[in-house]
Amino acid sequence: MINTRDIFETIEMIDQQHLDIRTITMGISLLDCADADAATACRKIYDKITSRAEKLVATGEAIEREFGIPIVHKRISVTPMAMVAGASQTEDYVPFAKAMDDAAKTCGVNFIGGFSALVQKGFTAGDRKLIAAIPEALATTDFVCSSVNVGSTRAGIDMNAVRLMGEVIKATAERTADRGGFGCAKLVVFCNAVEDNPFMAGAFHGVGEAECVINVGVSGPGVVYHALKGVKGEPFDVVAETIKKTAFQVTRMGQLVAREASRRLDVPFGIVDLSLAPTPAIGDSVARILEEMGLEACGTHGTTAALALLNDAVKKGGVMASSHVGGLSGAFIPVSEDEGMIAAANCGALTLDKLEAMTCVCSVGLDMIAVPGDTTAETLSAIIADEAAIGMINSKTTAVRIIPAPGRRVGDTVEFGGLLGSAPVMPVHPFSSAGFIARGGRIPAPLQSLKN
Amino acid sequence: MKAIVTVLGKDQIGIIASVCTLMAGHKVNVLDISQTLLKETFTMVMLVDIAACDIPFADLASALEAEGAARSLSIRIQREEIFSAMHKI
Repeated sequence: MINTRDIFETIEMIDQQHLDIRTITMGISLLDCADADAATACRKIYDKITSRAEKLVATGEAIEREFGIPIVHKRISVTPMAMVAGASQTEDYVPFAKAMDDAAKTCGVNFIGGFSALVQKGFTAGDRKLIAAIPEALATTDFVCSSVNVGSTRAGIDMNAVRLMGEVIKATAERTADRGGFGCAKLVVFCNAVEDNPFMAGAFHGVGEAECVINVGVSGPGVVYHALKGVKGEPFDVVAETIKKTAFQVTRMGQLVAREASRRLDVPFGIVDLSLAPTPAIGDSVARILEEMGLEACGTHGTTAALALLNDAVKKGGVMASSHVGGLSGAFIPVSEDEGMIAAANCGALTLDKLEAMTCVCSVGLDMIAVPGDTTAETLSAIIADEAAIGMINSKTTAVRIIPAPGRRVGDTVEFGGLLGSAPVMPVHPFSSAGFIARGGRIPAPLQSLKN
Repeated sequence: MKAIVTVLGKDQIGIIASVCTLMAGHKVNVLDISQTLLKETFTMVMLVDIAACDIPFADLASALEAEGAARSLSIRIQREEIFSAMHKI
């Protein structure tokens, strides 16, 4: 029999250290739902999602019960909708979002991703219509998540798209002003977006993917934090080794659940995304892991180095534990969703500039950050441009999920509730970037050699 | 199919008897038992075979949880694979 101590260690991880499977996400291709008639396309979209994902939630719940491990979310990602809707003779893409939302409600999932467009090198007619529909789509649906890819290492950055997305974020915040600009929490602007990401709000089912796949996102900041408490004052070699071992264990569990879900649903297994995804719960914070390494507050000098070590060790530990690793894989640093990040932002230790530096070495980017409601569209675009540049030059995914909370000022807090948490409104630079954003055009793709 | 039953809580008379009786009633075969007493905390781990169990897994889990709740104990059952996945290469 398995060692009793190991059994109770696993139970303690689940009970007291918030170990969970963060999400089982079913990726569904909607390419065959394209139709010249928009209403027909929407019906096909609804029918395909609801038939493919009919048993997703029940299967997830059964696995949860049998293995005794919480599976927090069951979700769906679909083909970037601009590609599917592009075939329809219509100017209004909001009905496509409504079809996704209805399907999500029927299936019982709590988010559906893929109201998306990939415009890193330019817009199709469908891309333009989809982006124009984002504010209305996010204001009038409950579960639809949207993402737009504006740059890549191979294509450079489409600055016209960057300019447009600043305006779209502003409009989305205003359309959902009664909920603190909540619509923006469902909107991600990417550089180097990945096709198999199971995490929201940025999940979509890439065109290189199979008809239908199961991707699983694991979590476990609390487990890593607890493990590091056991090696206080030890050198970083020991810290890295401890994180690797913990990430290995967490990912093995993710792999087991992914395989089981894939078998029961008779859908191929895609990837395990080994991300440390924090929640607002005490003891489930990435910021507290960094502080456990010896920093007084997350955001102080040394934070970037600590995060670099954490991110790398998580990957090294997790890679051996899963047959296919993908998605975003690393440490997430969403401010509103991380109790330690919120505390660090509130005490002034964590600033937007430091977060930007941290995104050079973490898994994604500026995530769930609230800024004053009077932040201009150009400033938002410039923040996106900076983040996209980091992703483009470093050949990594970066993203911006930012909420210019209407009517809120620095020092206020925006409550989103649930796992989205509460975001302290952080200051942006007061100096204008309008001339920079007005230029438009494309920033050329970078050299892949001479890398200094 | 194998599963692990864990029991945690204050020591009292008849814990093993009640858990075993419940499982025998549903044709669950006990393969191995290990128990320790740390101060007054009783911990027990049982390896069981649930292949012939006459009720769905979720119902068995609920029955064990209810049995535990009645005695102020934490009793849970989980498929064995989760532990081997995490602790064996």
